Amino acid sequence: MSRFAIETVGLNHHFGSQTVIKDLALQIPKGSIYGFLGPNGAGKTTTIKLLLNLLQSSSDTIFIFGKELNSNRTACLRQMGSLVEQPAIYAHLTGKENLVNRCILLGIDKRKATEMLALVGLTEAANKKAGKYSLGMKQRLGIALALIADPELLLLDEPTNGLDPNGIIEIRNLMVELTSKHGKTILVSSHLLAEIERTATHVGIINKGALLFQGTINELHELSKPAIKIEVDDHATAANILTRNGAEIVSEKEGTINITYTGKANMGNFNSLLVKNGVTVYSIAPEKNDLEHLFLAITSKN
Amino acid sequence: MRSLYLSFISEFYKSRKTLAFWAAIILPVVICGLIAFGYYTNSTKILKYNYAGMMLWYRYSSASLNVMGMLILPFYVMFMAFSVNNIEHKNDTWKTLFSQPLNKFAIYAAKYLYAVMLLLICVLLFPLLTYVSGHLLQVLIPKYTFNDYSPVVLLSRFYGKLFLASMGILSIQFVLSLIWADFLKPMGIGFIGTIAGMITANVGWKYAYLIPYCDPALALRAAKGTKNTRPEDLPIFTQEVWVSLIFAVALFIIGYFILLKRNIK
Repeated sequence: MSRFAIETVGLNHHFGSQTVIKDLALQIPKGSIYGFLGPNGAGKTTTIKLLLNLLQSSSDTIFIFGKELNSNRTACLRQMGSLVEQPAIYAHLTGKENLVNRCILLGIDKRKATEMLALVGLTEAANKKAGKYSLGMKQRLGIALALIADPELLLLDEPTNGLDPNGIIEIRNLMVELTSKHGKTILVSSHLLAEIERTATHVGIINKGALLFQGTINELHELSKPAIKIEVDDHATAANILTRNGAEIVSEKEGTINITYTGKANMGNFNSLLVKNGVTVYSIAPEKNDLEHLFLAITSKN
Repeated sequence: MRSLYLSFISEFYKSRKTLAFWAAIILPVVICGLIAFGYYTNSTKILKYNYAGMMLWYRYSSASLNVMGMLILPFYVMFMAFSVNNIEHKNDTWKTLFSQPLNKFAIYAAKYLYAVMLLLICVLLFPLLTYVSGHLLQVLIPKYTFNDYSPVVLLSRFYGKLFLASMGILSIQFVLSLIWADFLKPMGIGFIGTIAGMITANVGWKYAYLIPYCDPALALRAAKGTKNTRPEDLPIFTQEVWVSLIFAVALFIIGYFILLKRNIK
């Protein structure tokens, strides 16, 4: 039995001559909240559609709970609930009717519809036409539709889009509850790292169809250790002196060196060391490389 | 089979509040109602002809059949086939529908069967309402001779043939509406097809029966020939009905393969 809820191997996809997904190797552990990050147009929605078999993929590239997707389509989809792009709801039906329709399609008890409406806070708007719902209400209904069959795996494409701060917090809490109490696995895509950072256990960063980072949230934090930025007249000599005295060089370019931050005292020591050895220090200051900057740095390199 | 059943029930559930569904009921009610009203208010004029029972039923049912077969039925079929698919295009719900754990063929076939069912409801209501309203007219105007003849065979043969002859148009329009989200393309092609069908049927072109849009009109024309023969002798599976059915089966299969190969946007 695979330990991954989703695993893709060398997944590619083209729109005409344009390659939109390049050799994607996702590994989403069971029970995780996997934050799928990337700027707009990075290929997040395309990936989700491939995972749902809405877009054609080659055989043996996508595995859901260890099962090959193309040859086990129905069995795989039975374990998945999804919200892709804007919630797809029938505007002429009420919120409740939308849920009842899904119960009919899935052959489940229609009473589940009322339960879901309560879960996403739409009980009062149950009999209102879904076309008249606000964007946030539509999003809630979309989440209720994704959850109604109690799937093991949830694919949520920007689920907090259009929600107010309270709604965002509720969705976050719901995701945490679903994974921690009910053992579900959630793939949640977003273009905002700050949103993912609070809930995700694992992160995958995609840009221009290629996976640039994949790992736990802690591994991502590791990458964003604070640094000291030093501006000097001769960066080669300075780098030499710093390395000999135990500093860890993160990056260096003409006139600027970045070293790992290890405390205020060390920063002072490095300063005096450079000055004593005849290097002119124009500026020295700690620099917090927050996740948002890291995300931008990762995606802009690509 | 379960997937097909669930998808079919869902089709009914989501479209029961739409015009496509109600039109299948309203259309026969309005047309048959208007004709019955005409026969009620113009009874003295009609009674002058002294029609025998069978001829009176023939005249009475032809009134709605002619309006239906020539113009209204092809247009209703176009509108209904468009509507059944447009419910997904308009709400951008194809992606949700095809991400459910249901067999793709079952989802497609349920939609097609639902469109066939709507056509069947519409075509069944016509003979039913004609029958009921004829007997109602007999009660209101006892001089009518509706009671002298049972029109069951006549009506079932006429409308049965009309239904089968419309299947070709239904399948073409269904596939066109499946491919295109906009209203103009399928409706435009359907409109041109219907006009071309009417012209070729009227000028009596030898191969007109090969155009599915011609078939309902040709089927009715064959029915008209029964004026002097017994309705029991009206052949149902004539060449235009076969063409219509062959188109229906071929396009149903083609439609599925189009869907299978297509990426769901």
